[in-house]
Amino acid sequence: MSAPAQPGDIMPAWPEGGVSRVPYRLFSDRDVYALEQERLFRGPVWNYLCLELEVAEPGDFRTAFIGETPIVVARDETGELHGMVNRCAHKGALVCLAERGNRKHFSCIYHSWTYHLDGRLRGVAFRGGLKGKGGMPEDFDPARHRMQPIRVETFCGLVFGTFEPDMPPVEEWVGPTMAHFLKRNLGSRPLKVLGTHSQIIHNNWKLYAENVRDSYHATLLHTFYTTFKVNRLDMDGGILLSEGTPWHHISYAKRATFEEAAEYTEAQVHSASYDSKLNGPELLKTEDEFDDGITHSVQSIFPTLAVHFTLNSLCVRNFVPRGLEETELVWTYLGYADDSEEMTAMRVLQANLTGAAGLVSLEDGCINEFVQRGTRGSGDAAAVLEMGGRGLESSESSRATEVSIRGFWSGYRGLMGYA
Amino acid sequence: MIDAETRRRIEDFLLDCAWAIDEDELEAWPGFFAEDGRYRITTRDNEERGLPVGIMLCEGRGMMEDRVLALRTANIFEPHRYRHILGRPRLREAEAGLVRSDSSFIVMRTMQDGRMDLFAAGNYRDLLRVEDGRVLFQERAAVLESRRVDVLIVIPI
Repeated sequence: MSAPAQPGDIMPAWPEGGVSRVPYRLFSDRDVYALEQERLFRGPVWNYLCLELEVAEPGDFRTAFIGETPIVVARDETGELHGMVNRCAHKGALVCLAERGNRKHFSCIYHSWTYHLDGRLRGVAFRGGLKGKGGMPEDFDPARHRMQPIRVETFCGLVFGTFEPDMPPVEEWVGPTMAHFLKRNLGSRPLKVLGTHSQIIHNNWKLYAENVRDSYHATLLHTFYTTFKVNRLDMDGGILLSEGTPWHHISYAKRATFEEAAEYTEAQVHSASYDSKLNGPELLKTEDEFDDGITHSVQSIFPTLAVHFTLNSLCVRNFVPRGLEETELVWTYLGYADDSEEMTAMRVLQANLTGAAGLVSLEDGCINEFVQRGTRGSGDAAAVLEMGGRGLESSESSRATEVSIRGFWSGYRGLMGYA
Repeated sequence: MIDAETRRRIEDFLLDCAWAIDEDELEAWPGFFAEDGRYRITTRDNEERGLPVGIMLCEGRGMMEDRVLALRTANIFEPHRYRHILGRPRLREAEAGLVRSDSSFIVMRTMQDGRMDLFAAGNYRDLLRVEDGRVLFQERAAVLESRRVDVLIVIPI
């Protein structure tokens, strides 16, 4: 168990106002970042690792990260899934260099120590020495050396891992509201990957965790959403937070319920200033896939996973810390294995809305960096998160709120040792 | 067999397209394509795995015009410019009047504060329509070597 933050601890004192205030220092403090690796990522959370379909067959493996810790997920010959730290038990070298592949066993290239697919040590090169000389001591016991195991679990086609032995199952951990929506989007039909790429964003990972929960900015910064009525706050929509710790969220909108609100024009917001028709309207050709009326959603699962389903575009976003001020945002676009060609074509075209060149989302590649740069030298200053109040209640009638960001910070505070 | 005159026209055409982008004449960019031309940016990884979703996809000039208009009026990003360096194209005859062209590119990106980076390297896989001495892209795929994009892509590559 981690020690709680005490005055004088490396964690900064939290200002008055609880989760409605966030010290800027948290985004640029090297000691805080190091402590997050231990208390948060290697603490009592389930971390997203990969898709189940990427490790579908015996021998399949996929490398991943929990915070900065390298992980490998592998399916053994009996079909059981294993997770372990991607580190040789001998000298600590990476065992798997490839991102994905299929192996009968793992072999560290440094000194040829080999491992079973569950991480148990299989062989030590020259263990008995050569020509009767050298080698390991007589009492060297291979059973006592292995790649460090972690717990892995699959839910709705997503593979999660944790260092915490006593975690409840993923479904229980995310709570019924989150589990229901993951099942809606990812758990009802077999998935297939349509494409993937990543984006290096020059900001602390928590700024993206905030950004993806920020329903307030979405239709203000992202003009395309607003102008083409893909997602606006004057559509029916809401924010649902997870039961218990409200650190996961769903933001959703129902496009058919759009009724233009005067505030968009009266406030002269940038996003409402772009008045044009598409010259290539096929881009927004859509088809309803669900009977709940929801046409746009973003769901976050603490700490570094988000799933969006915008019109017909389904995508898993994993934001991986690559250092204090650098994050890799990996976009994996999905369809269902039984999609028609027409549906696949729609998903392919609508992928233009998001990703590194997303007509809607490309601003997020730089906006978090602007916060990173803007908060340098900010001393004890803190962000103000009072949109929609100061509390942590789901907001089922409005998304003009920052409640899901406050939810993230309530989880963060708990893990990092704030009362 | 690609004759020397056709090769010269194609090389000039490829250069002109890169210059239009680098000189910020983006409104001219869709005009390098056939009306029903296709433009996409993807990665080597996606191409090798046969995956259809890349980073950008425009089907027809209209979608290219939408991209340019969005860049000019809607999208928000830190101002920056490209400088393309092109390799000499490998040309091959394809079906009916089309020429297949592969050419290496690198794109240097310069930010408003003067920071300059190697932004992208890859292969232009082009299908060119050559008619009456005029060249147009029927298809252009900018296939990036890396799956990682630094910050964002808003200007076509």
